[in-house]
Amino acid sequence: MIPRVDFVLLFDVKNGNPNGDPDAGNLPRVDPETGHGLVTDVCLKRKVRNFVGLVHGEDPPYEIYVKEKAVLNAQHTRAYKALNLEPDAKKRKSKGKDRAEEDKQLTTWMCTNFFDIRAFGAVMSTGVNCGQVRGPIQLTLARSIDPIIAQEHAVTRCAVTTEKEAEAQSGDNRTMGRKFTVPYGLYRVHGFINPHLAAKTGFGADDLDLFWKSLEQMFESDRSAARGEMAAQALICFEHADALGNAPASKLFDRVSVNRKAAENGTPPRSFADYELKIDEAGLPEGIKINRRF
Amino acid sequence: MTAYQGQRSHISLRIWGDYACFTRPEAKVERLSYDVITPSAARGVLEALYWKPEVRWVVERIHVYREPRFTNLRRNEVASKASAANAKQAMNGTPAGTLALYADEDRQQRAATILTGVEYIIGARFEVLDDSEPVAKHYNMFKRRAERGQCFHRPYLGTREFACDFAWVEGPIPASPLTGERDLGWMLHDLVFTPLDKNQEKLADTLCAHTGRPLKAEPRFFRAQMHDGVIEVPPLQHATAESVG
Repeated sequence: MIPRVDFVLLFDVKNGNPNGDPDAGNLPRVDPETGHGLVTDVCLKRKVRNFVGLVHGEDPPYEIYVKEKAVLNAQHTRAYKALNLEPDAKKRKSKGKDRAEEDKQLTTWMCTNFFDIRAFGAVMSTGVNCGQVRGPIQLTLARSIDPIIAQEHAVTRCAVTTEKEAEAQSGDNRTMGRKFTVPYGLYRVHGFINPHLAAKTGFGADDLDLFWKSLEQMFESDRSAARGEMAAQALICFEHADALGNAPASKLFDRVSVNRKAAENGTPPRSFADYELKIDEAGLPEGIKINRRF
Repeated sequence: MTAYQGQRSHISLRIWGDYACFTRPEAKVERLSYDVITPSAARGVLEALYWKPEVRWVVERIHVYREPRFTNLRRNEVASKASAANAKQAMNGTPAGTLALYADEDRQQRAATILTGVEYIIGARFEVLDDSEPVAKHYNMFKRRAERGQCFHRPYLGTREFACDFAWVEGPIPASPLTGERDLGWMLHDLVFTPLDKNQEKLADTLCAHTGRPLKAEPRFFRAQMHDGVIEVPPLQHATAESVG
């Protein structure tokens, strides 16, 4: 059984848009009340999926269920039956207990094949609404340490897409576009690994290692014009000896403080070096181990 | 309120978090949260800490400590659920087309109007379904977990991305800064699961995880009135079935 882990991930962005808000014309997401930047949980999970798909070539048991076609090369017709699972050949006429058993088999099979179902869960439409898999990994919204500002950049291109556009411009062929960047933002996200749900989906120690690796490296394989330079900066894991936990997560998270160095000089932060990361390891509750993975 | 049936043991659990989304069933596509936590979501939080098939949580009141405030979050979501039929074919070695979902082909943008900065105290008791079960045992196990920050799975405020913190409340419940009477309208109380006969299987909404028996799930609603920040939750059997208002 894998341990219960509560973790803090710090990642930053330089001159990029970490997560656009579809409600605000793709501006970086901002908490309107405080000005802090936000990155949704699903945005980060997307990157984990892409990373795992990339390093494992999407072979079972590391297939990715929710794919991004543009990024990943689908290899979905792989030999599913290579898995030593009992195929249940009869048509779906089973009832009651048999039906429940069949649903369970299907769910297990999906968990065995797909990394993202094992890790994050999925809603399976197995006829009844009990076909829901809750995965062991739970992420919250990421929030920037300091308020961010979004810069709008007007950019030009020197070609147009259609003849019609070219005619409208009488051959000048220049169009303007916009992009948004955050000059710098350091984001903090909290996550939880749940051993009980891991046991249910078959998420094991190897999967967990792969997940840690994906947190460290997912931004490296997600370069694009919009993102700028994004990087994972620190991953602090609080590992509990007891599967139920040895201390409240909020108390553990309070031990990780991220503060501006020399904030009094008034310059805005522009790199991770402008921050000081402190991990208070004094008087740790019994059964808690801090593991800073990077 | 009438006397409660069965054995009682009261617990108070303080829960808080930065965000919450207790989706109104009538506004679930573009999610709109209720103003406060529903008894159903509160039960979910309690069950995240401690639950056994022998006990049933009954949420008795909800203490609200912060003025409901909302914010907006629009996200790209996939439209479909995993198909059991496709999974079955693939499992049998004859995959028909694609088993995976393509996020960018099957995409919906959905806005969610969610709560920010919430804090509640849930007042609840649990009923034992079998009289031979000692209530004290379950009570103490729950209390121990709540005091130590232990949980079976991380509790959340409506949806899993809005994880919440919790703490055991000893002694009197602190007064809420909210004052006066407020009518929050009809709110979801909880779902009532009724076992069906074998021949009624077509009517089933779900199956019992333990017995595989078909179950009918019916929502129950109640008129939520907040008095000085406290909502008294009526017993579920007194709540109103679907056809309200």
